[in-house]
Parts: sequence; structure tokens; C-alpha cells
Amino acid sequence: MRKVNVALLVDAVADMCVEANYHLGSDVLETFRHGLEEEVSTVGKEVFRQLLENAYIADEGEFPLCQDTGFAILFVELGQEVSLVGGDFKDAVNEGVRRGYSEGYLRKSIVRDPLRRNNTGDNTPAVIHIDIVPGDRIRLILTPKGGGSENMSAVRMLTPADGRRGIVDFVVDTVSKAGSNPCPPVVVGVGVGGTFEKVAYLAKKALLRPLRQPHPDPFYAALEEELLQEINKTGIGPQGFGGSFTALAVHVEVFPCHIATMPAAVNLNCHSSRHAERII
Amino acid sequence: MTKRIRAPLTDSDVMELKSGDNVLFSGVVYAARDAAHQKLADLLEAREQWPVDLKGQVIYYVGPSPARPGKVIGSAGPTTSGRMDAYTPSMLAQGVKALIGKGSRNESTRRALQKYKGVYLAATGGAGALLARAIKESEVVAYPELGPEAILRLVVEDFPAVVINDAYGNDLYEEGRRHYAERS
Repeated sequence: MRKVNVALLVDAVADMCVEANYHLGSDVLETFRHGLEEEVSTVGKEVFRQLLENAYIADEGEFPLCQDTGFAILFVELGQEVSLVGGDFKDAVNEGVRRGYSEGYLRKSIVRDPLRRNNTGDNTPAVIHIDIVPGDRIRLILTPKGGGSENMSAVRMLTPADGRRGIVDFVVDTVSKAGSNPCPPVVVGVGVGGTFEKVAYLAKKALLRPLRQPHPDPFYAALEEELLQEINKTGIGPQGFGGSFTALAVHVEVFPCHIATMPAAVNLNCHSSRHAERII
Repeated sequence: MTKRIRAPLTDSDVMELKSGDNVLFSGVVYAARDAAHQKLADLLEAREQWPVDLKGQVIYYVGPSPARPGKVIGSAGPTTSGRMDAYTPSMLAQGVKALIGKGSRNESTRRALQKYKGVYLAATGGAGALLARAIKESEVVAYPELGPEAILRLVVEDFPAVVINDAYGNDLYEEGRRHYAERS
């Protein structure tokens, strides 16, 4: 067993909170540049111009990309040969969030109770997804998730008879209904299969893939391309002002499902597709 | 066309703005979002006075990130306006003239904009670093206990926004989308 002190997690998580909120990935910037060139509407082009300028300003490290610095969501691939020592794993992650959000001047957007709504004051707790994998390393991916786009996401229990058409209709319908609210151009994470709770997880996980990197299975890569084209035909456009870029990318993740079911989920992300990664 | 507007606004300022216009705001705008709206609504219901006079004023739906030392404000882009729809008609009835946020408004807000001569504009969602540069002063004027949801008095200079719903009943989101939608 490889012993890993959880203090390392505190540092890594704190760094990732700051990095993700200030520095947009080159994959995302590339889609902005593409949009600036190819968007057909003038006001849409202006949105891409502002998004690029915004990303350059944020990159200087004084103003985060967006004031909604998100719910800290941490995906952990924990090698089964790792033995965590030196304290409680979840406490360490939350201490990292606390430190990152404080030192990075990030907004504290979490309320302790969904109905009584008192701010926790330090953006904790994180949402943590753990996957046990072979090996002796820990892979961490942190993604701060904004509330506006999360609000427009949806899960639907489709049936096998709904088929591919049913998935396309559900995804396009969800993006169409969301309209200008989730800060388009959006990144669309789609989950298909699994169970009610698994499919929502798949949709979230789909958002982690580098933008426009197609699904390894050509069947799903083709579905992603079709979904992107159909979504961009809605005319919603950048910020909903009208135009040809409503989505920057559509990513689909799938899982086996029951003979009676075909769950589907759409998790929308704004254009600020933020994440950071560390391997310990 | 870009129009320069100085806040607070008069009825005639509002009537000059048309859906699709690019606007550069200068002057005072008040930051308020969900929790502050709830507090103002509670005061209205109790027939008590608001902590700030919002007649003729512009409300910006924003909950900024914390300011770094030496900076006026942190990142400060718009939040989703639809969540404020429940409160907006009564805000307009009290004399608020303009709202800045992002995302669509419901039917009752759109009707109230016509009735009370108000205008709804969108700033670019997710461009909070860029928009922060147009904010020159920031001061908490009510509900400091709400943290990022406190009411702030902001002084802005050339703050960019686009008119979505004008006082004539037009809606840029609907028109823009219709114009660019590809019929299948």
C-alpha cells in the first residue's frame, strides 16, 4: 500500500479551486475563437469577443472568470493501493475548498440547508464523487459548477421504444426550453442508460471531457454531432440574442441499463467550462 | 446602434430604448438579487419603508465575488433574471425604471414593463471579470448580513448591456431566436 497523507489533498483542492476559476482551458478558448469567426449574427460575434476578453482579464489572476464561482464538485479516482493517512478524507477536501475560496477571493455560494438557506460562509461542503480504480495514484478533477445552468438541467425516464429519436428530442427540447437562461453558448452533458441516479452522474461526467473531443465509439460520436447541429438550429445563439452558436459542444456518456428502461439526463454548463486536474 | 444612458432614468429615457439597442450605462445602479428582493417584498407587504429609495433607479441582478484589496469589486456579471420575476412587477410599481440581468422574463414582468414604462436589459452572463472593469465605486447600502446578496450602490461607467424587453412589448430573445432558427 502507498501511504498518502490527506494534507496533500488540502493543497491540491485549494489550488484547483483557484486555477479553475481564473484560467479557462485552451480547448474552451479555441471554441470561442471559432465562434468569433463563424457566428452569423453580429451581436453573437460581440458576445464571443467579450468572452475572449473576459478570459484574458481573468487569466491575469485578479478577477475570477465569473462571479458565480460555483459549487465545488470533485471527481476522485482513488487507486485501490492507496492508503489515506493523517486525517479524514472529506474533511481534507472541504478544508481545501475553504482555503481555495478564501485565498482566491471566490464567492461563497453554498447554503447549509436548501429551505432555511443560511450561507455556510466558506463554500463548503464540496460534492464528492469517488471511483475506486486499480493502481496507487489519486486522480482529482475539480469543476466549479454555476447555479444558472444547473437550474436548467433535466432527467427523464425514457423507455426503450423512444430510441435514438427520443434522446435527440429530449436533449434538444431541454436546451430549447432553457433558452437564454444557462448563459449560452452552452456545453451540453448527456447521460444515457444506467439508473435514475446514475444517469445524472453520467451527464455531469460528460462535461469533464475536453471540448469537442468526440466519444470513442463512432456511434455515439455521430450522435454527439447530430445533437450539436440540431441544438444550433434552434437559433437561440450566444446569450440567447439569436445566432448560430447555441452550444459549443455536446458530450454523451453511456452505461448499460435494465431491459425495461432508458434513462436520459441533460446537464447544462455555461460557456465557462471550468475544471482543473491533479494527480497525486 | 450604441446609446449612452445616465442612471437614474426618466420615463422619456426609457421610451427611447428599443429592443436590440446596445446601451452603455453610466451613473448609479443598485445591485440586488434573490434574498434582497425577498426582503424588499416583505417590507412592501408590511407597508414599511425600503432602506433605499429606488424611484427612477436601475437594479442590477448581481452577487459579486469578493473584492481583492485595493479593488472596487470582484467579478460582477449578471445572474439569471427569471428568479426575480415574482417580485419585479411590484418593484416597477414602486418606480424602478430598469433591470439588468440575463435570461428571459415571464409574461407578468413583460406586461409590467409596458404598464409602468420600464426596460429590461441583459449584460453578458459569464463575463464578470470584464464587467467589473466598468464598476468604479461600490458600497453596501442595505442587508450586509446577506453577504454576496446584500444591496450595493454601484457607480458605473460605460457599463455594456443590450435591451431585451422595451416598454413597447418587444422581446429580443424571441425575435433573435425566430430570425436565426433553421426550419427543419
